Amino acid sequence: MKNSYKTIAALVLSILTITSFSLNAQDKAKGIPSVKLKTLDGKIISSDDFKNDGKPIIIDFWATWCKPCVNELNTIQELYGDWKKETGVKLIAISIDDARTMSTVASFVNGKNWDYEVYLDPNSDFKRAMNVNMVPHTFILNGNKEIVSQHSSFAPGDEEKLYEEVKKAAAGVQTKGE
Amino acid sequence: MIKHKLKNCIIASLIILFSSITYNTNAQLNLPNGVSGSFQMDAQSYKEDSIIGAPDVPENIGTNGYLDLKFNSGNFKAGLRYEAYLNALQGYDPEGRYKGTGITNRYAGYTYENLEITAGNFYDQFGSGLIFRSYYDYDLGYDNAMDGMLLKYNTNGIYAKGFIARQRAFFDYGPGLVRGIDGEIHLSELFPSAKWGKTNLILGGSFVSKFQQKDQSSTIKQPENVGASAGRLNFIHGPFNIYAEYAYKINDPSYVNNYIFAPGQSLYITTSYTKKGFGINAAAKRIDNMNFRSDRDATGNVLNINYLPAISKNQTYRLATLYPYATQPNGEMGIMGEVFYTFKPDTKLGGKHGTSISVNASHINDIDREPTGDEYGYHSDFFKVGETVFYQDVNVEITKKLSKKIKAIATYINQIYNEEVLKGHPDSPMIYTNIAVLDLTYKFTTTKSLRMEFQHLWTEQDLGNWAFILAEYTIAPHWSFNAYDEYNYGNDNKDLRVHYLNGGIVYNKGVTRLALGYGKQRSGLLCVGGVCRQVPASNGFTFSVSTSF
Repeated sequence: MKNSYKTIAALVLSILTITSFSLNAQDKAKGIPSVKLKTLDGKIISSDDFKNDGKPIIIDFWATWCKPCVNELNTIQELYGDWKKETGVKLIAISIDDARTMSTVASFVNGKNWDYEVYLDPNSDFKRAMNVNMVPHTFILNGNKEIVSQHSSFAPGDEEKLYEEVKKAAAGVQTKGE
Repeated sequence: MIKHKLKNCIIASLIILFSSITYNTNAQLNLPNGVSGSFQMDAQSYKEDSIIGAPDVPENIGTNGYLDLKFNSGNFKAGLRYEAYLNALQGYDPEGRYKGTGITNRYAGYTYENLEITAGNFYDQFGSGLIFRSYYDYDLGYDNAMDGMLLKYNTNGIYAKGFIARQRAFFDYGPGLVRGIDGEIHLSELFPSAKWGKTNLILGGSFVSKFQQKDQSSTIKQPENVGASAGRLNFIHGPFNIYAEYAYKINDPSYVNNYIFAPGQSLYITTSYTKKGFGINAAAKRIDNMNFRSDRDATGNVLNINYLPAISKNQTYRLATLYPYATQPNGEMGIMGEVFYTFKPDTKLGGKHGTSISVNASHINDIDREPTGDEYGYHSDFFKVGETVFYQDVNVEITKKLSKKIKAIATYINQIYNEEVLKGHPDSPMIYTNIAVLDLTYKFTTTKSLRMEFQHLWTEQDLGNWAFILAEYTIAPHWSFNAYDEYNYGNDNKDLRVHYLNGGIVYNKGVTRLALGYGKQRSGLLCVGGVCRQVPASNGFTFSVSTSF
């Protein structure tokens, strides 16, 4: 019994350390890894090729079967025109749909009238490289394509916070990131 | 007494953990350049409950977790993953092979111009995965990681890869070796010309072979080398896209196919036509004897070399996951059709804010088999559909913003489920279900909202009718409170008309998510991509942490 107390104590302690450290872990700006992705028309591109002329980029990991993801992208779609005008931001939506549903992604995106740049990550190579545990997960890249902020999950209202971070990235402010 | 103390201790530490994290210190982690990673932990306490079938778990608590550590610098990459099962959550592997802790994944690699080298563990797939896919799914406890060497090379529209490796099986490796090569040619890149315009043709081919030594004591013939090959094409012309892949596997007697010598075949075709505001998809699939593993005697979600995607819709509403489809590797034939459409705002059907609709239907049958009475087992006519229905799902989903404050999603689902085949329960009747779901979100302010789900499942078979209600109140960006009740009020046995009541709190900050819950969970299948695992019923606390750095 004593041992199980110790184990639990050690476990809780280690979680505490890791989480409290990681909460502020995005201080240091960092670039994104180079991984190959598929376009909706079958071409292969590299994440190195993401570009937006020195303006911020939102990378949003999602899937057609993920309700909060679709809710987030629907919500942003309504605001996207204004966001683009004000900050020049571009949203790149990375679908992690695998062979089961990846062939339906193009229809899904068009059926929802989304204006995003969409790429496929059918075996989650980019998802793993970006340390994404669950979707939705958004990253904001500054004009130098460095990650300045990231967020996982979506609740209505999170889009406001996301846009604040986009504005900071557009203005070149170093953010702590949430 | 001790049990009680332990429980109190856990609850106290959870509360301390929650409050200390929400009041977070200004501690900072100065990671060396190029280092990143992620962490996740899920714990659950178990209390025996004979009514819902929750077993007595002697250790009282199950915990799964991992820490992923990566290093990237220029063209160099390396990484490792530590996993812990102390002890594994119930149902993670029925045979209990996820036990203890260890470094389960490590790799290093280098990219030199167009050549990419990986040594150690890797994940990859050829085409749609019919003869090779290696992947990881934490929730399913699925990890058929390869351990060996992987080379990739590309030039002018030609993409080639090859590997030789063994496969992970829990904390060990399988007995077989797997070798594979794959090539893909993008004709519009190889022969660049303005004439291609919005047209593209992509051709691919692959070959995978496995080697497993004969079992000397076995009385049946056991081929030591088994090869499988596949060819694929993808043709795109403007809004039109068709993808087809065919795979063939030579004789591969295994436990799953009852050690027959018949070859395996699979055909998978998907096509779509889509323009802004509209999309239509169709898919067809035939699988015949395509179980392909690096251990001929393996069963369950272990040592699979290939991946056979299901083509039915991936349902996610709670009651719609009660009867989920799992791909039948020994044989199935299926079709799927789907339409997405958005009625524009300010039109008759679109209303003020527009309306999105999706309609999806899939139907899956067995293949036809004529027994041959010899070691081949049976003969199957490629185009003949078998008589047994495995599954059918017809569903409609309407998404509509009713006002600035209210969003609604209404879903209707009709399913036919062959429990005898899909759950392996002999002599079970076919299950016919109707499911209705109303998902409403009301926004009080820009950050406060309430989401409610009302679900109902009607069936005359199995456990009868179910009702489900969920309320989720969120205060963006950090807090979320939820409660739900899943109620099997239609069960023939009055004692089993149980309320599966649950409540939980979620705290989110950046990429860190903490969730604490308490309640009863029904037993069921958790499925991702047509691969499922059984989750037993449980009663107790759940706690999870997920973060990345």
